[in-house]
Amino acid sequence: MKSRNAAAWAWFAGAAAFLVAAALLGVAAGYASITPGQIAGTLVAKAVPGMEPPLNDRQLAVLVELRLPRVVLGAMVGALLSVAGAAYQGVFRNPLADPYLLGAAGGAGLGATLVMAFGAAWFDGPRAMVPVAAFTGALLGVAAAYLLGRSAGRNGTASLVLAGVAVSSFLSAVQTLVQQMRIDELQRIYAWLLGGLAKGGWEDVAMVAPYAILGTAVMLVCGRLLDLLALGDEKAVSLGLNTTAVRLVVIGAASLATASAVAVAGLIGFVGIVVPHVVRRLVGTGYRLILPMSLLCGAGFLVLVDVLARTVIAPAELPLGVVTAFLGAPFFIVILRTTRHRAT
Amino acid sequence: MRIARLAPAALLPAVLVLTGCGGGGQPAEDKADGGGAFPVTVTDARGDVTLDARPERIVSLSPTSTEMLFAIGAGDQVAAADEYSNYPEEAPTTELSGFTPNVEAIAEEDPDLVILARDAEASADQLEKIDVPVLVLDAAQTFDDTYAQMRLLGEATGNAEEADAAAGEVEADMEEIVAETEEKLGDESPTVYHEVDEGMYSATSDTFIGQVYSELGLTNIADRAEGAAESGGYPQLSPEFVVEEDPDLIFVAYPGGDAVSELEKRDAFDTVTAVKEGNVVQFDEDIASRWGPRIVDLVQSVSDAALAAQGS
Repeated sequence: MKSRNAAAWAWFAGAAAFLVAAALLGVAAGYASITPGQIAGTLVAKAVPGMEPPLNDRQLAVLVELRLPRVVLGAMVGALLSVAGAAYQGVFRNPLADPYLLGAAGGAGLGATLVMAFGAAWFDGPRAMVPVAAFTGALLGVAAAYLLGRSAGRNGTASLVLAGVAVSSFLSAVQTLVQQMRIDELQRIYAWLLGGLAKGGWEDVAMVAPYAILGTAVMLVCGRLLDLLALGDEKAVSLGLNTTAVRLVVIGAASLATASAVAVAGLIGFVGIVVPHVVRRLVGTGYRLILPMSLLCGAGFLVLVDVLARTVIAPAELPLGVVTAFLGAPFFIVILRTTRHRAT
Repeated sequence: MRIARLAPAALLPAVLVLTGCGGGGQPAEDKADGGGAFPVTVTDARGDVTLDARPERIVSLSPTSTEMLFAIGAGDQVAAADEYSNYPEEAPTTELSGFTPNVEAIAEEDPDLVILARDAEASADQLEKIDVPVLVLDAAQTFDDTYAQMRLLGEATGNAEEADAAAGEVEADMEEIVAETEEKLGDESPTVYHEVDEGMYSATSDTFIGQVYSELGLTNIADRAEGAAESGGYPQLSPEFVVEEDPDLIFVAYPGGDAVSELEKRDAFDTVTAVKEGNVVQFDEDIASRWGPRIVDLVQSVSDAALAAQGS
């Protein structure tokens, strides 16, 4: 037991180091030429009176007001999508479950789109309503996918994933319809849907933080229960677990996490399936470890993806969703190949 | 499904080359009293913007603004312009995008004023966060909007007098061309079809370009199209409609070496008066899509074509 704990701590330390390294790279990379040395020098100069800081006010503002919130937001979004993906996989005991395949992200996207398109007519502060609408949409999306998958009869991977695909296509069709109805808002909604952190600031971080913390905390606390769930429903019930209640709570928390990520960063696919899988390969099958490891690795991963997005075709930017799709789609096929004989 | 939705992103202009900073000159102190005292407050598309000092490093992210700035004598204050700012020749064109501005790349130019088109409004907040004053200008709907924007830029850049004179000159030139054209056309009102793209989208009199035609006394067939009112000024016409309306003049507003001959080759278009008489005119796309000082050239070319078609 002791050595297992030690191994866990070693994994955490490694993942934390990865996140810190990614964050440093994220802060250093960008169009404006700001080197880590200059940042360090500026910090020192702030403390030492009379010393000339290497960065001027404009560069410092770029760093503090544009780049730092972007890195923080990227880490939050990556963490949320990854931990939600891991939690969905635990709840549905399905290695292919992720916020995108289950309709959670599609539902969140539709909810947010509706508020952006018509919100001004319905609410005083439409922007604040985006996460709420996204959460409602996410829950409805997952519920629809789950119920549809179950009504298909078999409770295997295929029916759930197919139901999720059907629900997602339907939701994206409704989204397109809404966009066509509000052609004036089209460009704004479209840019948002592609996914990106470019317009994010500290106010976005603050807006999402409460939802993100609540959803993540619930999921992490439920890690042990997910491990019991993994034993199979009969065993879990015999051990005194209320499986329905656990499922509802975890699905709610994962949907909240997905919705808050979608609300600030748009639709960024594949993170929720790729990261938990890599983590599972590394640390084994215990959710008490998989969930927090997914959180740390997902945060670092998305910060790195964002570095790619803003440097590959600089000074223009790639939408984040495009980068994750490029990386994630081939990976998804690999997972599909290696899991089909086990899971179905 | 997701891939299909993301596909258009592949069309993003692949801007690969990083440019060095466009180096501007030192502040021209002696020019500071060329009109207007600072601080000055002007009203842009979003509200009031106060500028504390005369801007000396302007980044213009719209070709129209760039043309206006040079026309009002603020050209030497422009430090960088976006990728499509190709006029006048001395404009400091860079790789900067005016559609999806990269705020860090703009900040590298160390600007003291950034001018954005309305479409890029979202970047304004971010620029203001790093203390860069921003002016957001709407697309002009009328000629008066053009004059007003020139004067606004004049006040904001400390060139109020010169801008006022330049705007007045454009206005006078326009009036002169309109009066002359009206006189020569007399009671006649040739019909005109303006083609925005190969998909046969047109422009009604509610649009900026449409106003050019109506001011000159031409009859725009797009105004009569079904659904023109709901189209936001840009209805899609059918070939049948155009042939039936039989316009005397056709203006092609998109580039392409054989755009005119392609149009003339369309089925049944050989029966259209404009095609029969050789009155299909292709605009310089830049002039036709910008609402800056070169609207005089635009109006002049329309007037010339109208008078040529009429035979006077």
